[in-house]
Amino acid sequence: MRGSATFSLAALVLLLAPMPHAQEGTAPATPLTLLSPDGQESVATIVLNGAELVALDDVAARFQIAVREDALAGGITLSYNGQNVVVSTDQPMASVSGRLVALPSPARRLDDRWYVPLEFLPRALGPIYDERIDLRRASRLLVVGDLRVPRVTARIDSAGPPTRATLEIAPAAPVSITTEAGRLTVHVDADALDLLLPATGGGLIELVRRGDAPMTVALVLDSQAGVATGVSEDVDGVTRVTVDIAGLAPATGAGAASSAAGPVVPGPPPSPALTPDGEAVPLLLSAPPVRLETIVIDPGHGGDDRGAVSGGGVEEKTITLAIARRLRVAIEARLGIRVILTRGDDRSVSLDERSAVANNSKADLFLSLHMNAAPAASVAGAEVLSLRLDREGEDARRAAASEAVALPVLGGAVRTIDLIQWDLAQARHVDRSAVLAEMLEDRLRTHVTMSSQPRHRAPLRVLAGVDMPAALIEMAYLSNPEQAQLATSEPFQTSVTQAIYDAVVAFRAYIETQGVP
Amino acid sequence: MTSRRVVLLGAGAILVGLLIWVVGGGLERTDNAPPVSSEAVAEPAMSSEVPRIAATLFVASTNGLTLAPILQEVALAEGLVPQGRAILTAQLRSPPPPYRSVIPEGTQLRAFYVTERGDAFVDLSFETDARHAGGTSTELLAVYGIVHAVTTNLTTIQRVQILIDGREADTWAGHVDLRRPLEPDMSLVQGARSAP
Repeated sequence: MRGSATFSLAALVLLLAPMPHAQEGTAPATPLTLLSPDGQESVATIVLNGAELVALDDVAARFQIAVREDALAGGITLSYNGQNVVVSTDQPMASVSGRLVALPSPARRLDDRWYVPLEFLPRALGPIYDERIDLRRASRLLVVGDLRVPRVTARIDSAGPPTRATLEIAPAAPVSITTEAGRLTVHVDADALDLLLPATGGGLIELVRRGDAPMTVALVLDSQAGVATGVSEDVDGVTRVTVDIAGLAPATGAGAASSAAGPVVPGPPPSPALTPDGEAVPLLLSAPPVRLETIVIDPGHGGDDRGAVSGGGVEEKTITLAIARRLRVAIEARLGIRVILTRGDDRSVSLDERSAVANNSKADLFLSLHMNAAPAASVAGAEVLSLRLDREGEDARRAAASEAVALPVLGGAVRTIDLIQWDLAQARHVDRSAVLAEMLEDRLRTHVTMSSQPRHRAPLRVLAGVDMPAALIEMAYLSNPEQAQLATSEPFQTSVTQAIYDAVVAFRAYIETQGVP
Repeated sequence: MTSRRVVLLGAGAILVGLLIWVVGGGLERTDNAPPVSSEAVAEPAMSSEVPRIAATLFVASTNGLTLAPILQEVALAEGLVPQGRAILTAQLRSPPPPYRSVIPEGTQLRAFYVTERGDAFVDLSFETDARHAGGTSTELLAVYGIVHAVTTNLTTIQRVQILIDGREADTWAGHVDLRRPLEPDMSLVQGARSAP
């Protein structure tokens, strides 16, 4: 009997114990931050019965509003600039200049202080306040005033490798992307960031987190991650940053040399080393399969550089970007090949940066898209160009073959590394680029008008430094009025896209059957 | 009186000779000399007494895609560099009808010089960068029009590098690599086109 009474008392104590605590409210796990043009400050809030509340006297002090209890109205009246808000103490609502607004809970009185739900600020106070009040619950931000606080949403699209991740910044904002050892950082030009980041990483990304510097997001890479590249583009008011991370190269020696001496291309597989007993030491890593996995498409010109401009104002930079986007969608969706654009929107990109995007992403193919112009308006048709090597280029090509360096690799074998001038990296690929150009000419001929000189070689700056088969496609002449008008049309852009797509399919088959990377 | 006139005439002849020497060979540039101004490279006024040579210049062919060689008289100059300047000045001018120039309007020659290796440097005015019409074909014809004008007429020169406003340039209008001296490309010359 006595034991039973003790048990009942303990149960009652346990039952009642949380009640005073709940009535006092608890602090949220993460404080709310108020951002305004004056700076940022923490806002004290409490959580009561699942609703997050803020003290009205704190609100009154911060927003310069008058607060008084109104027994007749059955609530509390807040006044600002001659406009009133009445918040109910028994119903989850407020009256804003005569209009009813729903709230998660009524106003609550705790320890002689009145509390209102956080939603009161944007829903009830916002309509009568001079400045915009925006509550970002997920990122614990209360934005007051005209600040640029884009929402940054990160996701990992494919674990890979290669791993692909996407950052979406809404509304669109200028970004800059930097890479350093073990990290890719995206800087967003904004006043603050509303971050929605995944809790865990995936693939070659260990973690996506707020960067160390202000307005940055950092992708922390796994120890197995190789080259990381990021490309941004603006689509429908959203800036999308696509990040691609390759795995480490199979041969550690090649990777080490690459970082020190520019583009380094693996040579043929070495002969196996022998053990003291005369047995071949097995290679630890087999040669990767020859596949077309990554294509870099380069929309010519951009930003201040309009390229060729027709008499009617059609700009080369606009046409090249439109067709590059079509190609990207077609190739990624239909072939499953990763496509990287050197620019995804109307911005200036230097010729070296274009080459760097291709080389850093270890692309298997580089296609530069352009529109042509000639001294005579009658000239029309598409042309395909590949790199022409002069004396210096031929020297570089020979040197690449003869000045190979043998580096020891794990397991006792050696690996031959070809070294070549970084700005003449294309010299090694001129033969395959010529094959590519021939395929492009062939496929373009079936879809669009070709020039009377459909294919030739020239010392083209954008091709010289890319370390992969590459071609430049002049799709039509903007100096020809009819072609300029045609260039903006849906049928023309579809035809060119289809032709280049067909050539990519043909080239993929070529390198896979030839076994040449 | 007669002997005094003879002395004066002799002195005058010496002065004229000195002037010709200074304007001609004396101003010839060396590798390390700074670029001369555009005024200095203007073609001298042609008169019937100035000896001339027939130079091969390169203009746009009627098909608009290749270079067409035309013969045009330019002043004979003493020395490789002055002769090169004279040829380039003519190459930069608008050709007679029906030919079209491949050079953007307003292009000026700032300097021309030759290295001991036989590479020539053609320094063009900055305005050319801004006024170029764009397009790979236009740029190729402009660049190789200059390369061929130099190498065809001055056969000791094998390669030509184009500078813009006194500096090495990546390209003229975004396409053709100007970072190195260029060799002639006969595939761009009408009637001499080779297979790609």
